[in-house]
Amino acid sequence: MVIKQPQLEKKYSTDKNGRYGIFGGRYVPETLMHAVLELEQGFKEAMDDPLFLNDYQRILHEYSGRPTPVTFCKRLSNQIGGARIFLKREDLNHTGAHKINNAVGQALLARRMGKKKIIAETGAGQHGVASATVAAYLGMPCKVFMGAVDVKRQSLNVFRMKLLGAEVVPVHSGNGTLKDAVNEVLRYWAANVEDTAYIDGSVVGPHPYPMIVRDFQRIIGDEARTQMIDKLGRLPDAAFACVGGGSNAMGLFTAFINDPVQLFGAEAGGIGIDTDAHAATLTKGSIGIVHGMKTYLLQDRNGQITEPYSISAGLDYPGIGPEHAYLCQSRRVTYEAITDDEAVDALIKLSKLEGILPALESAHGLALAMKKAKAMKPDQNILVCLSGRGDKDVHTILHVMDEKNGGDHR
Amino acid sequence: MTDRMREYITKDKGMLFIPFITAGDPDNESTIQIALMLQSVGANALELGIPYSDPLADGPVIQQASKRALSHGETLLDAMTLVKTMRRQGLKIPVIIFTYANVLLQFGVDVFFQQAKTVGVDGLLVPDLPYEESRLLADSCLKKDMSLISLVAPTTSKHRLSMICREAQGFIYCVSSLGVTGVRKKFHPDVFPFLRRVKKVCQIPIAVGFGISSFEQVEKLENNADGFIVGSAIVSLIGQCTKQLNDPATRSGAVDQIRRQICEKLMAPVN
Repeated sequence: MVIKQPQLEKKYSTDKNGRYGIFGGRYVPETLMHAVLELEQGFKEAMDDPLFLNDYQRILHEYSGRPTPVTFCKRLSNQIGGARIFLKREDLNHTGAHKINNAVGQALLARRMGKKKIIAETGAGQHGVASATVAAYLGMPCKVFMGAVDVKRQSLNVFRMKLLGAEVVPVHSGNGTLKDAVNEVLRYWAANVEDTAYIDGSVVGPHPYPMIVRDFQRIIGDEARTQMIDKLGRLPDAAFACVGGGSNAMGLFTAFINDPVQLFGAEAGGIGIDTDAHAATLTKGSIGIVHGMKTYLLQDRNGQITEPYSISAGLDYPGIGPEHAYLCQSRRVTYEAITDDEAVDALIKLSKLEGILPALESAHGLALAMKKAKAMKPDQNILVCLSGRGDKDVHTILHVMDEKNGGDHR
Repeated sequence: MTDRMREYITKDKGMLFIPFITAGDPDNESTIQIALMLQSVGANALELGIPYSDPLADGPVIQQASKRALSHGETLLDAMTLVKTMRRQGLKIPVIIFTYANVLLQFGVDVFFQQAKTVGVDGLLVPDLPYEESRLLADSCLKKDMSLISLVAPTTSKHRLSMICREAQGFIYCVSSLGVTGVRKKFHPDVFPFLRRVKKVCQIPIAVGFGISSFEQVEKLENNADGFIVGSAIVSLIGQCTKQLNDPATRSGAVDQIRRQICEKLMAPVN
């Protein structure tokens, strides 16, 4: 079964240097240019190969359980009293999040290009777990670079990756967080480019990564679009996703980009966008260059990258995918910040009203959707990408509720 | 190209010695003293690194230097002021500013060129701007008579090599090994065929960098290159005596100690 993906309108595809408007590009040292050019060529060839696409879709079906369903949230919608809310259930994927879609695609691509080993970066550990999982499935050795601070914060995911046979490399440079893990994985790749493939976890980094990750994630939106039309006989009125680097959002938005569907991205507002503790790149950042791309980022006036904050480790990134920067500037997508508190409230509501515990990342998208749904009519429909499940976040939530309610978890 | 570049960066001077240090590591006064010392031991140009929070092309030694300089808030503007002072104190060799693209972008490219010219900067090297992303900067450089230094690597294809070399300015920076800056025992196995490939298509001097820390390595390169760049090996010497450098009372002694170690490791034995 091969689904030919619809072509994007020209204004939404990249130029030959991988730019989305003024954003994107390939800001990497010459030592990496061969690798990114080779990857671009390898990706083009793979996407024209029906056998490759068939493998990708077959594995996502047989191994990850795709297609994931769309769930109507009856009780939640009733309580909010506005538009009807539907969830695209990426949380039901193998390993618990959308990250596996991309990891399968890129690992298959690595194998097709004759690379023997794979490397990946991870912040909270979700992309690291997805990469380690696919590496085990395909029998390839895998190293996951993770900031030393994150290794401590996310010890369970570190253990999971090790259990899956991956080596976890703690990164001590910089602040020991995700941005430093990205630097380190690119450094390692530059030194080992001859036999090693780098699996980028989000729509960030030098061209062609933002394009590759989007194209391996667009299965989310392509499925959801068909599912919504099957259910409702028409398109949703609006679609929502959370945005850190922005891979689940690009995966959802791409299918609707030429449709009359309003698109919303929820950034991490942390403690609040008037404080320094947030990761609201588009709301509060400025244009710059980091990790091989030109995009919006959080930086000081001398161009030093600053450390973001969010309760959700997966949104805790100082940059954002260049295509999001472009979609924001061209106003095709509206981006708004959601605070830690709003996200936690949405998480609790969805758990209590629908029996679905979302990841804290996904709860940001949901919180924004709930805000907008209120102002909409009951015959309108909105779709939210529930990018992952919240099992990984129970410790964080427990801690928050302890602080707020003095141990009352009701 | 500036007169200084024309005078100092030529093919007939034996192996050109191009040291790299980070501006403000560990403090501004030390950077000035070290620069003058490097000139006195025969440096043909100085690569002055601007500290950056996310130095993608650098190994741990230069990352640490960046951290030391950033800890007291060193900026590109500070580095320019340093160059001005170095010139006043007798620095004659060309100075090449080594900076990541974002720092330059936030400073403002036009402002940079204006000020760089005034303080006596001769060239610019932006490690995360490959050929495709550097055309605008190259034009600005030419207009200001400055040189945009290009990097080539053993993995650079034949087609890219001739494209890059055709427009290269000043000297061409050949990366000896894959990966990041830092001291290494071995070069990339293809380094000599690579240097010969570069030499064939390149008119301007070629200098080899990444991983050079000993005279023996320099000797091996002699027939295939016009110069060599030493970064991490010098920066780690600086890193070993930051305390003495920070203290005005012990600074000149520390600079002298670094001088002796550089001469011992990198210069031809006297006998």
